[in-house]
Amino acid sequence: MKVIVDEAKCCGAGQCVLIAPEVFDQRDEDGIVVLLEPEPAEDRHSAVREAAAVCPGAAIQLAEGS
Amino acid sequence: MNRVLIVGASAGGLITAEALRRAGYRGALTLVGDEPHPPYDRPPLSKQILTGEWEPGRLPLRRDDDIEALGLDLRLGVAATGLDVAGRAVELADGARVPYDGLVVATGVRSRRLPGSEGVTGIHTLRTLDDALTLKDRLRPGRRLVIVGAGFVGAEVAAVARGLGVAVTMLEAGPVPMAQAVGEQAGRFLAQVHRDHGVDLRTGAAVREVVGAGGAVSGVRLGDGTVLPADDVLVAIGSVPNTGWLEGSGLPLADGLVCDEFSAAAPGVYGAGDVARWHNPLFGTAMRLEHRTNAAEQGMAVARNLLSPEARRPFAPVPYFWSDQYDMKIQAYGHLRGHDEAVVVDGDIAQRRFLLAYRTDERLTGVLSVGMPPKTLRAWRAMIAAGAAWAHAVSTAAARP
Repeated sequence: MKVIVDEAKCCGAGQCVLIAPEVFDQRDEDGIVVLLEPEPAEDRHSAVREAAAVCPGAAIQLAEGS
Repeated sequence: MNRVLIVGASAGGLITAEALRRAGYRGALTLVGDEPHPPYDRPPLSKQILTGEWEPGRLPLRRDDDIEALGLDLRLGVAATGLDVAGRAVELADGARVPYDGLVVATGVRSRRLPGSEGVTGIHTLRTLDDALTLKDRLRPGRRLVIVGAGFVGAEVAAVARGLGVAVTMLEAGPVPMAQAVGEQAGRFLAQVHRDHGVDLRTGAAVREVVGAGGAVSGVRLGDGTVLPADDVLVAIGSVPNTGWLEGSGLPLADGLVCDEFSAAAPGVYGAGDVARWHNPLFGTAMRLEHRTNAAEQGMAVARNLLSPEARRPFAPVPYFWSDQYDMKIQAYGHLRGHDEAVVVDGDIAQRRFLLAYRTDERLTGVLSVGMPPKTLRAWRAMIAAGAAWAHAVSTAAARP
């Protein structure tokens, strides 16, 4: 799985950090998403999918199967 | 469970469908939406779409191939017209009758309108992409826009319109705008920000009627007889849940589809998103939220409960919303409505950088921030989720460096 984030779409809600804190963080100043793990380990895939689904800015894209 | 029908193809409906597939549901999955567009994102309509910063091509919530991969029976541009609960089937506007084993109601809300405004050029509401594109074309320097209603939609449009050089008058029936949603302090603060940006904000303003000539709007007449001239009028006086198709079905309706703590309205029937009024056990109260994040979270909860009736979990989220106005980002967690007290616990309202905490009875029930680093909200969210006592929450905040 590859994770791609679109900073321009990110609204800084931080929902992804609540769900998958090992993979996502937020910039201190404006809360915009910081991708910690672009290719997360398998045991985190489920949380990452949930984070992508719940993202209110639809800013997280996943490329599965790689 | 071999046939799931989701009525409503916006965020709540789409995310329910995705969550069902992720959980391993392989049966038939029908997604019905009354708009012709594939599922798209609404928050940017009053922000990046209206400013022209984004093209509509950025709005789809998913890529075409992601939608394809869900294996949906996708029916767009067709509304649901009726529900037969006993027969477990939904009737559609094109005459189709769709049977189901599980039904998800995610039909959202529509803008409330003023009587007599149908078909008059220059009178707008803002809920759909088509609404936003129509309004965007009309916002040009020097034109006069009157916004009826100073809620979040009205306020976001006011901010965009001022940025585009439009003369804006915003009318609010109550003494303080947005007071019901965020309290008087935050409401007074937002009122001042809009005035500082040149919005003619009039509180205590009763609208008698919209006036026009030759099928086009020319102004708004107030309760005292004053006529405010306008090239365009945005009616932003709240929303009405889309439950007309459920009338007579026997499902409980009261400003939305009434659901229990599992988001269920009847056996095998669930509600998700703006249309659902459900009992949130975290706050011990029924609520209906028109927040983008809630539609997603509720859709995921509904998918889980629909597939595992024996292991259902209550839907007990900490609500979240944000609003962009001028250069400010407003973020809030919790249930702010009906609070007893709001206190500035960090920053300073005069500096336009502050965090307000909300007390209901003896509990911390919400926080709202303007201009603060978003990360600082996380500890507050955790306390709200834990049902923290007010005294504990405020003293914890005071002890922080």
